[in-house]
Amino acid sequence: MKPDKKGYFDGFGGKFVPETLMVALAELEKEYFAAKKDKLFRREFAAILKNYAGRPTLLYYAKRLTEKLGGAKIYLKREDLLHTGAHKINNTLGQGLLALRMKKPRLIAETGAGQHGVATATVAALFGLKCEIFMGEEDIRRQAINVFKMKILGAKVTPVSSGSKTLKDAMNEAIRDWVTNVASTYYVIGSVAGPHPYPMMVRDFQSVIGREARRQMLAAEGRLPDHVVACVGGGSNAMGIFYSFLKDKTVGLIGVEAAGLGLNTTKHAATLCKGSVGILHGSKSYLLQDPDGQIEIAHSISAGLDYPGVGPEHSYLKEMGRAKYVAVTDKEALEGFKMLTELEGIIPALESSHALYHAVKLAKRLPRNKIILVNLSGRGDKDMDIVRGIF
Amino acid sequence: MNRIDKKFKALKKYGAKAFIAYITAGDPDLSTTENIVLALESSGADIIELGIPFSDPMADGPTIQAASYRALRNKVNLKKIFKMVVHLRRITDIPLVFMTYYNPVFKYGLTSFFRSCAACGVDGVIIPDLPYEEAKELIALGKKHEVATIFLAAPTSTRERIKHIAKVSTGFIYYVSLTGVTGARSKLPPEVIANVKAIKKLTDKPVAVGFGISNPGQAKDIAKVSDGIIVGSAIVRIIGEKKRMIPRISNFAKQMATAIHGI
Repeated sequence: MKPDKKGYFDGFGGKFVPETLMVALAELEKEYFAAKKDKLFRREFAAILKNYAGRPTLLYYAKRLTEKLGGAKIYLKREDLLHTGAHKINNTLGQGLLALRMKKPRLIAETGAGQHGVATATVAALFGLKCEIFMGEEDIRRQAINVFKMKILGAKVTPVSSGSKTLKDAMNEAIRDWVTNVASTYYVIGSVAGPHPYPMMVRDFQSVIGREARRQMLAAEGRLPDHVVACVGGGSNAMGIFYSFLKDKTVGLIGVEAAGLGLNTTKHAATLCKGSVGILHGSKSYLLQDPDGQIEIAHSISAGLDYPGVGPEHSYLKEMGRAKYVAVTDKEALEGFKMLTELEGIIPALESSHALYHAVKLAKRLPRNKIILVNLSGRGDKDMDIVRGIF
Repeated sequence: MNRIDKKFKALKKYGAKAFIAYITAGDPDLSTTENIVLALESSGADIIELGIPFSDPMADGPTIQAASYRALRNKVNLKKIFKMVVHLRRITDIPLVFMTYYNPVFKYGLTSFFRSCAACGVDGVIIPDLPYEEAKELIALGKKHEVATIFLAAPTSTRERIKHIAKVSTGFIYYVSLTGVTGARSKLPPEVIANVKAIKKLTDKPVAVGFGISNPGQAKDIAKVSDGIIVGSAIVRIIGEKKRMIPRISNFAKQMATAIHGI
């Protein structure tokens, strides 16, 4: 069973937080295990995913894209069709229910692209909770629509101007708020990152993606896919779809990181491809850092992948060789974005476009009897301003 | 005997409490840091905490965040700070404690870090994002190299946790006065006094209180029950303002020292 009792995935993970939060993490862990065993909680979570978020999401065969490439079949797991436009809502609904159970009146969250912020603000509105979202100034600029959405949903959006003014700094600020208001506040971490129990808990809440996709794939093709491809920033959508396939040794798992301007430059966010092991935001995992252990600033066209860390379970999957991690540049991601939009009439998020581009490249090399499953983790509405500036 | 233990022993003789001053190493530059250490010592500071700057200081408020940023802009790193300590040790015997986050230490290498601490004359280490559960190796190395491993206790810590913190801490126990990040506060939670008293009942080790303490009145009140007072942001703020830095720091430190010692 991973993680172990201390929250480790064979050397990755753990709890590296100020003493003030240790009791809160222990309480959260206890409450989560109790909820997991509680039939009522599980039923409530399943019901809200179905009736509110719109699960199950479709498994869609991208016929025109497949035919154009002339290789392996490409299937898309349509998380982009969920309420609020991305897989993030799976996790925020789960953690929101947990916050209610723990009688915490206030939610806080960090956000990069704003998808997790919107999903948290949505859940706060739905459950009648107070909500504050921390977001880097740079991300506020490039994801203006999501900022507006959070505000009309009733959340306070607090700009973070320290460091790189992106997701990493938003997370620092959220942790500082949590240390200060720990008694009244539930911290909704948006990825499979942070201290134990978050990586495990977020993975579990997101694992519905892989459970559905596996079943749907068996129904559609009578067999499992040869490859599962997902983008990796912190890594929650990837863990969500990988988890149900971990034991299926014939299924290759591929995480796609952001190569930004290129892996040979300093402007990328390819933590697993180019980073080294260290400690950030509560867990031991791969990081982008300099020789002195200072965290380096990541870069990606997609705010959701613009993070110099990665969830510890991904580091573990990389180290044991169960998953492979590759990287796709800003330019290539835009190509993936364009192809799906033009050939399938589906506008993907820039994050998911990284996974798509890699799937396109892979499909071309593989014979027609192979199957690639791509997690289309979010839709591209939020990225229109960025894309409009380019096309 | 470690310099920290000696200091607390000496103070105890007179019934005085320790004034522990924090500054960020390399803010505004390393040679000024040396001068500030000496100025603090001659103004009555008993122990100096040297902050090793980290890019993502999640337990720090805006004042120390800004200091870390200024230091990192000057490309300060552990190697250079150890060198500075060697230089300082030719002039002063004041106990020096490093306060930093885990990643710079981890990246330097835990064994090398403790070897360097012992060789250069660093007496202790405080790592706020390293709870004792994750610190087995650090505690063992601290013991081996006679470098104090100082752990933090918080208002949210349970009795069980405080017992454990007291057990693994050497030098002193760092009690965090409030739930929050570092930074000067005009008001501190009234339960600090009772909380410190409760901790003192569980351990014979010195307990120093930090976070938020920024004026002599607060320091005096808390020093009545604790063994030491830690002051950081109030000093770092003066450094950040640059103007007449050394005389202003000395003046402030003298007031704090009088409040803390004179009991």
